[in-house]
Amino acid sequence: MRRALGKDAVIGAVLLAALLIFVLAPLLTVIVWAFADQWRPPALWPTQWGVRYWHILLARADVVQSLTISLFISLVVTIVAALICLPAAYAFARLDFPGRKLFLLSFIAVNAFPRFALYVSIAIVFLSVGLIGTITGVVLIQLVFSLLFMIWIPTAAFRGVDRSIEEAARDVGASHLTVLVRITLPQVAPAIGAALLLTFMNAFYEVDGALLIGVPTVRTMPIVMLSLINGQIIVQYGAVLSVMLWVPSLVLLLLTRRMFDSRTFAAGLGV
Amino acid sequence: MVALSLTSVSRRFGNVHAVDNFSLDVATGEFVCLLGPSGCGKSTALRMIAGFETPDAGDIAIDGDSTIHVPPNRRATSMVFQSHALWSHMTVFGNIAFGLKLRRLPRATVAAEVTDALTLVGLTGMEKRYPGQLSGGQQQRVALARSLVLKPKILLLDEPFSSLDAHLRVRLRDELKAIQRRLKLTTIFVTHDQEEALTLADRIVVMNRGTIEQVGAPSEVYDLPRTLFAASFIGSMNLLQARLVDGQLAAGPIRIAIDADIDVALAGATELHLAIRPEDVSVEPGFDVADAAGTVERVIKLGAVRLAVIDLGDGHRLKVQDMGRAAFGERATVAVHIGRLLVYRNGAEPLEIVRARAAPAGRRTERPHAVGTR
Repeated sequence: MRRALGKDAVIGAVLLAALLIFVLAPLLTVIVWAFADQWRPPALWPTQWGVRYWHILLARADVVQSLTISLFISLVVTIVAALICLPAAYAFARLDFPGRKLFLLSFIAVNAFPRFALYVSIAIVFLSVGLIGTITGVVLIQLVFSLLFMIWIPTAAFRGVDRSIEEAARDVGASHLTVLVRITLPQVAPAIGAALLLTFMNAFYEVDGALLIGVPTVRTMPIVMLSLINGQIIVQYGAVLSVMLWVPSLVLLLLTRRMFDSRTFAAGLGV
Repeated sequence: MVALSLTSVSRRFGNVHAVDNFSLDVATGEFVCLLGPSGCGKSTALRMIAGFETPDAGDIAIDGDSTIHVPPNRRATSMVFQSHALWSHMTVFGNIAFGLKLRRLPRATVAAEVTDALTLVGLTGMEKRYPGQLSGGQQQRVALARSLVLKPKILLLDEPFSSLDAHLRVRLRDELKAIQRRLKLTTIFVTHDQEEALTLADRIVVMNRGTIEQVGAPSEVYDLPRTLFAASFIGSMNLLQARLVDGQLAAGPIRIAIDADIDVALAGATELHLAIRPEDVSVEPGFDVADAAGTVERVIKLGAVRLAVIDLGDGHRLKVQDMGRAAFGERATVAVHIGRLLVYRNGAEPLEIVRARAAPAGRRTERPHAVGTR
């Protein structure tokens, strides 16, 4: 037993080291860079710490504007996706209509395509109806790829709700609507939370679609970041923007964790 | 008074007659068990009473009023599900109070009722727990309290204890019976467990393939099963195919002499079956008095009773509940005497034959010695 434990400990240590090197080290480097006012290569640590680049970036109108646009677009995409998909997911889970499976699979099909080809063909359509360079256009293109999360995860969650708990609620006097609101939705809330989170982050970090449809008038945060990094090789710009981009997802993640305990949240992601 | 009345109720799923022409009257305060193998339609019948299924034909009346068109949320029934079906996102209090709150009762009343219900099922002080923090038995108690708190006219239970271990099942069964007696609650209990039905029910409804095989008190159903199916399903039973040979019932090596009137009654029946309870068979060493002879193949000690399997040769076996003093071991040669048997012939009422302990000497000698001893 002692030997087995020792072996486990060694494997654990190796895994931890790998985790530190591959996951935490890059993150840490980015954070250090974001707060380095000056860092000349031979030095192991920044020669001067500070938030100078934060001031510079936040003073730029395009950065602030893109952050607002990104938050706005992601929020709209998430809400619209939820409004379309949640009732659909409920229907998929609860009703058995012809073509149900085919319809569900079609959501995967969209994601199985090479995305850029799809973007280009959609862009051509958008061009003819004047959606290029509009917020509506970007919202629409991002919606297409949000549907997968918002359909599949809640469908699986709705299907996972035992019918007898709904019947038990009917039995004690609840109407269909009461059952949905008081019993079914609370049961699937963690999964829906996970789906909302994934949709929001997916939209927030999405680049290709936003680039093709939004530019030049609508520039989301990741696009501004790309152009800043491409334009001038100042590592801090990229680093500061990266840290900034983390903030919304971090806040969301913490919020979700507070709302649901981590176990059910993981269950929601796992379906 | 009739609390619940089902009249020629039928329900089909596709081509399957889940419940077929089912009629039953249940008196107020009566405890009725629907007993049958899985797929016999007992759960469908219960779900129709609760309102989760709508009959294709027939009528269901509660206190004389047809409830066919009343949705489950407005029926005076309450159901306890096999899977507990507790709402895991609500506390025990929330689960039990849910139905009361829907009735818009004052908060103080709700709290008092919930406390009473929890006391009734022996879970005092568990209000703040979540279902996930309870054991299986406690969960089923909460489910029972959730139904009882609404004071239903009819309590429905769908195999409520089948997921619990044997000890707990017996305990909860006794508690349920005590509560039901105290509240004089009309109760329909669905089970595939004949022991559960025999101990709980005032009346048992034996079901098979969507139809009723027999309705009767547990002792009636046990002592005089009306159909071959009921005979095979309830209790331990020796079922043998038989023929009529020269005024005798012949089942394998067993020969049972019968009176002339029974001989006449059975004449012409093409298919005869004998049903013999193990406790109606006695065995003793030697060939002295016997309907058959055999060797003891196996002795099973079930606490107070001993069951023996007697090998009669040619693949015929008889289960015997050993009541004799003789502590015969395995491989012993024994004589078999059948004290009581039921004879079933193509769908007609069974004939009961009770026989004297000692057969007349004349018949004994007639008995062919067809039985080989190994």
